[in-house]
Formats: sequence, C-alpha cells, structure tokens
Amino acid sequence: MEISLTVNGVSKTVDIADENTPLLWVVRDTLDLKGTKFGCGKAACGACTLHVDGEAVRSCSYPVKFADGKEVTTIEGLGDRENPHPVQQAWIEEIVPQCGYCQPGFMMATAALLNKVPKPTDEDIDKNIINVCRCGTYYRMRKAIYKAAKLQAEKVINESKEA
Amino acid sequence: MASKRSDSKKVSRRKFLVKGGLGTIGVVAIGAYLFRSPIRRQILGVVNSLEAPYLDNIDQPMIWFEVTSDNNILLYSPKMEMGQGTFTGIAQMAAEELSVSMNQIQVVHAASSTGNVDSFATGGSTSISGLWKPLRELSAMLRVMLLKQAALKMNVDVDQLSVEDGLISGNGKTLTYAQAAAGVENWEVPDVPALKDAKDYKYIGQPVARVDLDAKVYGDPIFGMDAEMPDMLYGAVVRPFKIGSTFISADTKAAENMPGVVKIVVENDFVGVVANSMLEAEKAKDAIIVTWNSYDNLNTEAIVKMMTVGNGKSSVIQKNGDSFNDQDKVEILEFRSPIGAHAQIEPNGVVAFVDGDSATIKISTQVVSITRKEVAKRLDLDVENVNVIPTYLGGGFGRRLHTPHAVQAAILSKAVGKPVKYFFSRKEEFEHDMFRPPTHHVIKGKLNAEGYLDGLEHQFVSGDVATDSALVPNALTNFLGADVGAIRGGFIQYTAIPNFKAECWHVELPFATSWWRSLGLLANTFAMESFMDEMALKANKNAVDFRLNQIAAEPIDIRLKNVIKAAAEKANYSEEVKDGRAMGFAASIDANTPCAQVAEVSIVNNEIVVHKVTVAMDPGLAVNPDQIRAQCEGCIIMGMSAVLYEQMFVEDGELTPTIYGPYQMALMKNAPKEIDVVLLQGKDTPGAVGEPPLGPIGAAIANAVRRLTGERLTEMPLKLSKKT
Repeated sequence: MEISLTVNGVSKTVDIADENTPLLWVVRDTLDLKGTKFGCGKAACGACTLHVDGEAVRSCSYPVKFADGKEVTTIEGLGDRENPHPVQQAWIEEIVPQCGYCQPGFMMATAALLNKVPKPTDEDIDKNIINVCRCGTYYRMRKAIYKAAKLQAEKVINESKEA
Repeated sequence: MASKRSDSKKVSRRKFLVKGGLGTIGVVAIGAYLFRSPIRRQILGVVNSLEAPYLDNIDQPMIWFEVTSDNNILLYSPKMEMGQGTFTGIAQMAAEELSVSMNQIQVVHAASSTGNVDSFATGGSTSISGLWKPLRELSAMLRVMLLKQAALKMNVDVDQLSVEDGLISGNGKTLTYAQAAAGVENWEVPDVPALKDAKDYKYIGQPVARVDLDAKVYGDPIFGMDAEMPDMLYGAVVRPFKIGSTFISADTKAAENMPGVVKIVVENDFVGVVANSMLEAEKAKDAIIVTWNSYDNLNTEAIVKMMTVGNGKSSVIQKNGDSFNDQDKVEILEFRSPIGAHAQIEPNGVVAFVDGDSATIKISTQVVSITRKEVAKRLDLDVENVNVIPTYLGGGFGRRLHTPHAVQAAILSKAVGKPVKYFFSRKEEFEHDMFRPPTHHVIKGKLNAEGYLDGLEHQFVSGDVATDSALVPNALTNFLGADVGAIRGGFIQYTAIPNFKAECWHVELPFATSWWRSLGLLANTFAMESFMDEMALKANKNAVDFRLNQIAAEPIDIRLKNVIKAAAEKANYSEEVKDGRAMGFAASIDANTPCAQVAEVSIVNNEIVVHKVTVAMDPGLAVNPDQIRAQCEGCIIMGMSAVLYEQMFVEDGELTPTIYGPYQMALMKNAPKEIDVVLLQGKDTPGAVGEPPLGPIGAAIANAVRRLTGERLTEMPLKLSKKT
C-alpha cells in the first residue's frame, strides 16, 4: 500500500507491500536513513526511538500504517552540524557517546522529553529515559540532559528576543 | 613485571614501506611493520603473578599514513573503535610527533586488502599501551622524511626548518606537508629521531574530544548494521535454540514459496535462506522446520552443580609459604557468579559478497584477520582474495572476538551470486552469545594474633574464557595449566601475607563461554575483596588499613597502595553508617593497572541503590584523561549492572531470557548520580584502561551492603534476603 508521510520536513510517499512493516525498516531500508538503529525488535531497548508527530516512538514495533499522514523526525532531522539541536549540542559538550550505537535513540527520547518537560528533574529523567546503553554512558547523559534543557531555554529566550 | 619488549627495539628501517601515488596527486602512503611480539613468550615469560599474563595483541600490525593533497593526514588504524576511544588516543599520539593539529588527522579502520590490520585482535585493554612507542616513532619518522623533502624543494638547510600544524617554514619560506610530499618517488627513510619530551606535549595528556563524536551525535551510518552493498539481498540462518544441538533434518517446503524468498540453502547442517528484505528472510527462516538432537533436560541447577570447586582439573597459579593443614582454624566463605550475556546493543551481523574467487566482507568485528582466514577456508578462497572491511562496533566487550557469521553470510552470498546482509535477531543474539562463564569461589583465611592474615587461599572454578577460542591457539591458552582469561583477578594481591595460594579449576560447559570485558576480573575480585572485607571486620580493623598493611613493597604494590589511599581520601572513606548510607571499599590490579573504589550505598524498598562511586586508578601516563574517566564511568555502570541485575538461566536446555527487560540491566534510574574519578600516574608510559575499573565495583557494593545490613552477600546478582 502507499503511505504518505513527512520525514524530517520532506514529504515522502512509499509503497510498502505489508502495511504492518515496522516503521524502523521503512526509515532505514526504504528511505535510507541509517541513524535510527535496530537493537531488539521488541521495543525493549529504545535504540530505534524516533518522533512521530513529536512523540517519542520505538519504531521497531510501530507499524508503518500508523505513520500515514504524520510527521516523522529522525536523528538526521533533529539537527545537523551547522545547526545542532540543543540535545546534540549538549551531547557534544559533555562528550557522551562511547560506542555510540544507542545514542540516537537516547537523544530522540531526550528531545521529546524536553518538549514536554522543559526543566526535568532527576525523577522526570529516570521515569522517561528508559533506553538501554551497554557502554554505561548514563552518568554523562544525565549531565547532558540538564545541559540540553539549559541550552534549549536560552535558545527560546534568544529566539523571542529576535522576534 | 611489564615486558620491556616495546622499550628495547625501535622501528626497523628495513620494515618501512613507502608507496607513492595511490591514484591521487600529492598523496603518499607510508607504513611499517611493527615488531613481532611472540605470544608464547608473553605468556610463559610471566612468572610473577599479580599481573595476569595477557595476550599482548600487537603481534604484527602495520600502520599506514597518507598525506592527502589538502594537507591532512589519514591514519589507517590496525585497531578497531568500539567505544573505548582508541581512535582518539592514537590521533593524539600521531598529531604530537607529526606536528599537525588534531583536526588535520582523520583516523579510519584499515581493511585487510591492504594487509595492514592487526593479525590478532582488538581487546585486552592493550591498544593505546601497545601502540604508544611504535606509533609515535613512525609519526616522528614521517615528520623527518617530509622535512627532508621540504628542505630540497625550499632549498633551505633541514636544520633551519620548523613545522607547526603541518606547515613547514624556514628562511622566510613556507611549504605544506602535502606540497613537500607531492611527486616524491624516492623517500629516504631516517633513523628514529628523538621523540618529544613529556613537558613539550601539546596533545598527549589533554582531554580532547573524541574524534568520532560528531559522527555519533549526528547519526552517521558508521556501524556494521548500516553497511550495504549494491544489489544486496538479506539472509537468515536457522540456528538451534537448545544447548548441545546436533542437526538431524530440515523441512524447507513451507518456506520455499513464501513472499520475497530468493533461495533456501541447505549444506550439511547449515540451513539458511536468502530473501529480498530482512523481514522476509526472518519469516521464511521461522517457517523452516529443523529437527535437532539436544540436551532437553539441562537446567541452571545442573550447571551450578558442575561449576563447583573440586570439579574438573586444577592448576595452582600462585603459591607462597605453607598450605593450611587440618588443625588450622580458618574462616571460609564461598562466592558465586552467574552466566552473563554481552548484550551489546548492535547485534552481530555482516554484509558479504562472494564474487567468483574473491570475497568482500563488511563487518563490525574485533578479529579482522581471523574472520578473513575463516571465510577463505570455508569458501575455499585464497586468503589474499578476501577483503574484510571493518566498521565501527556498536559495542565490543569481547562479543566480537569470534565472528563466524561472516562465513555464514558468505555461504549465502555464494549461493545467490549477490551480496547478502545477515544480522542476528535479538533472540539469536542472546541464545548464541559466547557467555561470561559462571564461577564458584572458595576462599579461606586465617588471622594471626595481631589481626592480620597469616594465610589466604583462593580456590576458584570457571568455564572456558580463552580455552578453545578461535582467537588463541590451544597451546597458548593456558598459564601453568590454567585458562589465561579465567585467572584474571584471581591472584592474591596482598603478598605481604606469609602463606598464600591461588588455585584455578576448569570445567568445560556444554555451551560456549568466552571473553566478556575484563574476563575473570569481575567475579574474582568480587569474591576476593568481599572476603578481605569480612576478614577486616573479623579483625576489628578499618578495611583500608587492613589492606594497606598486607601489601608488599614491589613497584606495583606501591602503586596499589597509592590508589587505595587516594580513593579513601577522595571519598572521605568512613565505616560509619550515616543517614541510611554506608560506604564499601575494594581494590584490584588488572593488566598492571591498580584501581580502588568506594561505593556509597543505601537500601530503598529492599533494593540496593548505589548513589556515588569514587575511583582512584593508576593507568600510567594518561594519553586522554577524559576518555579514561569515561572508561571508568562505563566500567562502573556495566559492572554494577552485572553485579546487581544480570543473570542468564538454563531451562530445559535453553539459555534464557532472550530479550532486554527479562535480562535485567542497569538503566538510567540505576546509575550512580555521582562518579568521582582520581587518576594517578605511577609510571611514565600508558597502561591498561578499558577493563581494570570493572574489578572493584562488585565487592565495593557488597561491602557497603554488609556494613549497612550486616548481611554478607556472596552471590551475583546481589539480592537482599530479608527486608531491611
């Protein structure tokens, strides 16, 4: 079936034989955006986290048919080297990644959290950031999440000044 | 003590290769073989034993540089980047001696087609320490070679030239490295020049950011999972899900006509499928019915029973003074650790293309050369015609020291004549892990009248770690008859005790066990340092003083004492329970790197909560202190995950669980909110970093719980037996 969706701001129409194909594989193999990772296929690790209409979604267990007509954002669309998202900027400043494989999922989960809870507490972080990192970068991630919240708040202030 | 090998020889000019061209104007590649270090001598040469003999893995790698036309340096790394930060450390070392800026160096994985990969493996915390001298020497030689060419082109005496950021200047003129290299066909290979003094270091010792930071933050396709080849198909392989399975028959009828299926491949006991997409391959695989013979009745209890001191064969790996006799009044404690999974987030997988008499393999692996040989052997190809192109690893931890799926994908590719991508499902990843073996420890100690140990004995049993691995030839896997991996951390480090003995037993399990980051260190140190803590309590002595008083006076002992003192001081170590929190202390030496930790713990809702960990470690010279801190933080969190939560079971012949969640691991909420790292430098060369901090964490937590609740926890994962 044909599925129309907006991916990182660009309209796409994809022809998918099985409408229950997980969004992850459409993003990775059909649209060739490899930043969203396969980890477990059972929504248990969060490596495949991306945004559907701004909500963090574990795309390995999200049938593509549910994304029809919606806006999908992946790590490639979160920000780029010229214009990093506050979460990416914070991840760079805190030098968070080790192997790096789980990091896009964590950054997407964090970006979604900050949209809802701009000033998260430890409890907010513990409750919402539940992906798995094997290298054990959680300690730096927590610092980066607080830094990202700060950077995002500054960005909002600056943008409102400019406006 | 540490081998002096790398200090005694210099890069030989005869082994220096120079190539011009490479198809790009102004590009030159320069390389050299590093000297051989006979593995056998490495193992057998170590008799003193605090430092477990570890396979120094720079057997014969080569390093290649390219000076590119835009005046940058491409450095082809023989070592894989799996998160440990090796690329960043080697970029710092090369930039230092080449006198270029960090952003002029790009580190990439060497591929086997150019013959410049490590012949052994990336692992064992040896990459930076092993490359320390040869890489800097090669970089310095390249600098001198470029300066000599510049001198000719600039018509300036070489002694009047200086260089900064790859720009050579002298007598009012300048020339870039790229310009100096352009068109040169006959290079003069110099003697190894004097290396920089430590006081002049610009990059070594600095906490520079990881060179792969941007790629990892912006989601670049750098991993094996992201690899592709044109016109690629997808494969899946039917693998048994029970232990000890042998193939009887396969019924492939149902799978043959399924959507997307291109070919079903059955070769002896190999049953695989090639399809147009990964999901179609998976579905077809699930429809193939294979009948296996397997150990249906095997369960965890049987494994625990097998894995008991006294079973299998034993080797005394360390002994001093007398053994205990029957009349001795000794304290005895027993400890156990469970089967552990690697659980790295990127599943194992590969893209393989067998094209006539050659093959190309893209893979995240810790063993490029072994993978290459395995593919060549199974597909009957010349080794020279197999090109293994390594990618970044989505976690290594020892899991990728054996990557036989390259062979499986190659078989599928050959059957269809196209490239095939084949990745494990998470279930397969758990079922076919090469697990951390379970262990059992019996520790005996006898206190003297002054309250110090008069005798200490560690008897322990483990499954295979190094034994029978593809990585190491069988004859080389043992040290005095014991498995070289299992004994890591098993030695007695308090050698001022008059009588001591360590004895390692080996039991072969019916499923594969192997290298798991730090090998025997995690479980051995958990057991030994928990026992030491119990003895300190028995003797009514401060746990830190009790340790310090029983350490000998060799250089490594002094470094151990220093990290113990530094950790205790930094953490403000106290044995008083305050506000429901207690501290636990533990220390270890691994691969010649001593490390001490203090864990601050409380009990919340009958769960152990680790609030803060203080680490003092002496890895020698810190090439990149920030990455060493990152390794300490990661080891603490991975270690506490293993110590508090992780455990594989055997149920009716199946290894289980096979998914995250049921295989419980530390999450954000469990990680300590404070990790304080103190780095000491007790020697002037870099030492092991990526594994040693995994040693003390288990006992540090258990010792804190003991002080908090009075309960001595002796089994990983640590569970409180009663409400507190």
